[in-house]
Amino acid sequence: MMGSENLDSEEAHMYASREEMENLVLDEPSNNNNGTKSFSDYRSAMSSLADTHHPLSSPMAAPADSDPLLTPPPFRDFRNPNVATDNSSYIEPPSYSDVIFSPFDENAVNEINGVDSPGRSSDSSGFLSKSTSSSSDYVKITVSNPQKEQETSNSLVPGGNTYVTYLITTRTNIPGHNGSEFSVRRRFKDVVTLSDRLAESYRGFFIPPRPDKNVVESQVMQKQEFVEQRRVALEKYLRRLAGHPVIRKSDELKVFLQVQGKLPLPTSTDVASRMLDGAVKLPKQLFGESVAVAPHEVVQPAKGARDLLRIFKELKQSMANDWGGSKPPVVEEDKEFLKKKERMHDLEQQLSNASQQAESLVKGQQDMGETMGELGLAFIKLTKFENEEAIFNSQRARAADMKNVATAAVKASRFYRELNAQTVKHLDTLHEYLGLMLSVHGAFSDRSSALLTVQTLISELSSLHLRAEKLEAASSKIFGGDRSRIRKIEELKETIRVTEDAKHVATGEYERIKENNRSELERLGRERRADFLNMLKGFVLNQCPQSYASVKRWTIFFLHL
Amino acid sequence: MITVQRSSSGSSHSPRSSSSQPYLSISVTEPVKLGNGVQAYISYRVITKTNFPEYQGPEKIVIRRYSDFVWLRDRLFEKYKGVFIPPLPEKSTVEKFRFSAEFIELRRQALDIFVNRIASHHELQQSEDLRTFLQADEETMERLRSQETGIFKKKPADLMQIFKEMQTRVSDVVLGKEKPVEESNPEYEKLKNYIFELENHLSEAQKHAYRLVKRHKELGQSLSDFGKAAKLLGACEGHALGKAFSDLGTKSETLSVRLQKEAHQLLMNFEEPLKDYVRAVQSIKATIAERANAFRHQCELAETIKLKEINLDKLMLTRSDKVGEAELEYKELKAESEEATRRFENIVRVMNEEIVRFQDQKTQDMGIAFHQFAKGQSRLANNIADAWRSLLPKLEACLS
Repeated sequence: MMGSENLDSEEAHMYASREEMENLVLDEPSNNNNGTKSFSDYRSAMSSLADTHHPLSSPMAAPADSDPLLTPPPFRDFRNPNVATDNSSYIEPPSYSDVIFSPFDENAVNEINGVDSPGRSSDSSGFLSKSTSSSSDYVKITVSNPQKEQETSNSLVPGGNTYVTYLITTRTNIPGHNGSEFSVRRRFKDVVTLSDRLAESYRGFFIPPRPDKNVVESQVMQKQEFVEQRRVALEKYLRRLAGHPVIRKSDELKVFLQVQGKLPLPTSTDVASRMLDGAVKLPKQLFGESVAVAPHEVVQPAKGARDLLRIFKELKQSMANDWGGSKPPVVEEDKEFLKKKERMHDLEQQLSNASQQAESLVKGQQDMGETMGELGLAFIKLTKFENEEAIFNSQRARAADMKNVATAAVKASRFYRELNAQTVKHLDTLHEYLGLMLSVHGAFSDRSSALLTVQTLISELSSLHLRAEKLEAASSKIFGGDRSRIRKIEELKETIRVTEDAKHVATGEYERIKENNRSELERLGRERRADFLNMLKGFVLNQCPQSYASVKRWTIFFLHL
Repeated sequence: MITVQRSSSGSSHSPRSSSSQPYLSISVTEPVKLGNGVQAYISYRVITKTNFPEYQGPEKIVIRRYSDFVWLRDRLFEKYKGVFIPPLPEKSTVEKFRFSAEFIELRRQALDIFVNRIASHHELQQSEDLRTFLQADEETMERLRSQETGIFKKKPADLMQIFKEMQTRVSDVVLGKEKPVEESNPEYEKLKNYIFELENHLSEAQKHAYRLVKRHKELGQSLSDFGKAAKLLGACEGHALGKAFSDLGTKSETLSVRLQKEAHQLLMNFEEPLKDYVRAVQSIKATIAERANAFRHQCELAETIKLKEINLDKLMLTRSDKVGEAELEYKELKAESEEATRRFENIVRVMNEEIVRFQDQKTQDMGIAFHQFAKGQSRLANNIADAWRSLLPKLEACLS
């Protein structure tokens, strides 16, 4: 399903360069329209090309496993009379300006293909989750129109703070949204809020990482450049969110995309203002007896400022885990998971490496194109010079040869540029998945912090029980009961009860996160496989037509010498 | 006119007919590195096959080094004024130390072409110095070589210096210092301008050609690295996807090798001929400087003679006893002047022939170079297309 969509851009490109070939080729299949999208059409087209130009390309019938580079090709007589008769002069340069599209200009791609089908949602949401698009629902998000706005609320500095807002337009046909197209204005702070709330609500999921705050860059870069850079990053981020099968349905995202005016999500500063509460709580916790963690709090990891005591306990627990002699009561037992974690780590390393090499490959192609172009220009200058200063006929002959080389080189240069634009697009998948590894880390750390919470609570419980036993033992020795001790035991039992509840909740949370991890890993694996296969295919396909075109170009030149 | 083919292995040409046609064919072969460290140098085996009567025999093999070739070039330059002496590859004191296989092969090829061009030039092939070079034993050669340093060693670069100085004399004229001593031949002026500008254009083209060679190497390297990375990534993924990555990686590595080969071809068959062209033009500039020298010499003598004439007349009128002496001087000068004029006119005549020969030769050389270039690129593109295309069925299988 994705294969055909990906092919569109390749085929459009290929057909354009085949237009050039049309000038030269005597027999050409007439179905050179953008309408054909399937790979089988492509194959038949290429094979018909191959048939008419057998001296130039090896027949499709060649066995797939005989490597043309290793087995020496049969001597090809390039002086194919069929092709030579057509041209006494070399080919006119085709209008490449129509064909060159920028790598990320997906609108242009859509226009060329003449389709804006719903099935393209996955395409427009970035390069991820292409394979997940169920039949016809889509969410398309655009970020545009950055504007400067004034901070209206009380500020210390007269004149106020200015900030930039972006227009976020959403088009969707998912039910549950008001209407099919809507826009809001949001600032970057809102995006941070969205990201933080999502992180809390969707623990264990691979949540796409939000764009960096770039505090330094915002000061150093040119305003316009920075704003544009941020706009692009925001668009990518929101599209990725919309591409995640679970998160796209989240309330947080819905609210972010739809609700006009102030973003109705609790900001992180609100949450952090409980820092004061935390600082107040600590002495009570340290000196008081009841030190139960409320069950509802247990669902979140211990936040730095809020829950100092809990932090201490969990830290103590984790040290006991690492350095203590005995194993904690509940451990990460899932061997499958541990294996997968290992694999993720490996994958990340290799992705990073591959991403780097992809970049240098792209650079290599770019440099090649540039130098070809420069060579061509130098020869054009030489040609002009020789023609102007010609005294001998031999000079003119030489000039004519040079002009051919120059033209061929300049065309080669253009082809490399186009090739590269497409290559960048394809290999970008590697970069995307590398970025995704961050969210995997996040999900795994959600899991380990949840586990730590459970372990801590269990240790807590066992020490509470121990104290209760000791107290009971001590009090039973006193006849008639020890009123203060009995009271303490009652309090302790209450604490134990609360802590038990908390443990249950924490364990439930842990299990939930484990399940999220599992399903996400599976989804990641599935999508990654599909996306990578498409990437490979796209990359390879991309290299082919370009080369055929250049074969023709060089051969034609060659025949005129 | 004999076209000099670029020999890749330095094998000697075998003449078609045995003894009827006069032939002189030379091979520069088997470069061997000798000596250590700073003293290291390369020696070549020079094999001469000829039926020229002036030569000692049908075949002769000697060992020569780069500075021997330089000696030959300098001698020819001295003796055959006006002729465009074939150019030598650069001295390159730095690269010498690295002595890469590529460098050695390029140099060998260039030296081979050098001697064969001399051998196929109707005037130069008669040179006695050439015979010495091709036949003398190593000790003699060494003696001759060391004699040359200092006495006759006037590098073309020095002559270029003189020529440049001449051009500054134009400014002297403006300042009213001296009269310019240059030919006022408009056609020749045109030729000079052509040569100078040609060098600029050619150098630029050659520079880009060299860069293109480098780009091929770099792209080859990138493909190889990318292939390796893809294979590693494939090992992580496993199953069909892993195989796909692995296939891609292998293909990339194969193409990398192909690109490196093409880079080498490009260097030998495209960039080097361009470089050779640049050197040839520089050699012409040296000849131009020679001609300017000869012209200036002739003019100076003409001036001197005029003065001597006036002086002689004066002496004759005053019936001085210095008349005899002066008459003798005058006669000598007259002879010298005639000689200078003859030499100059000879240079002009020879240059006119040479320029035609040069243009024809260059058109042919360049034609071959361009042909090779296009052929190389065409084959490369073909190979690349085939290689990638062969992956498609496998990828299709994975996707389904």
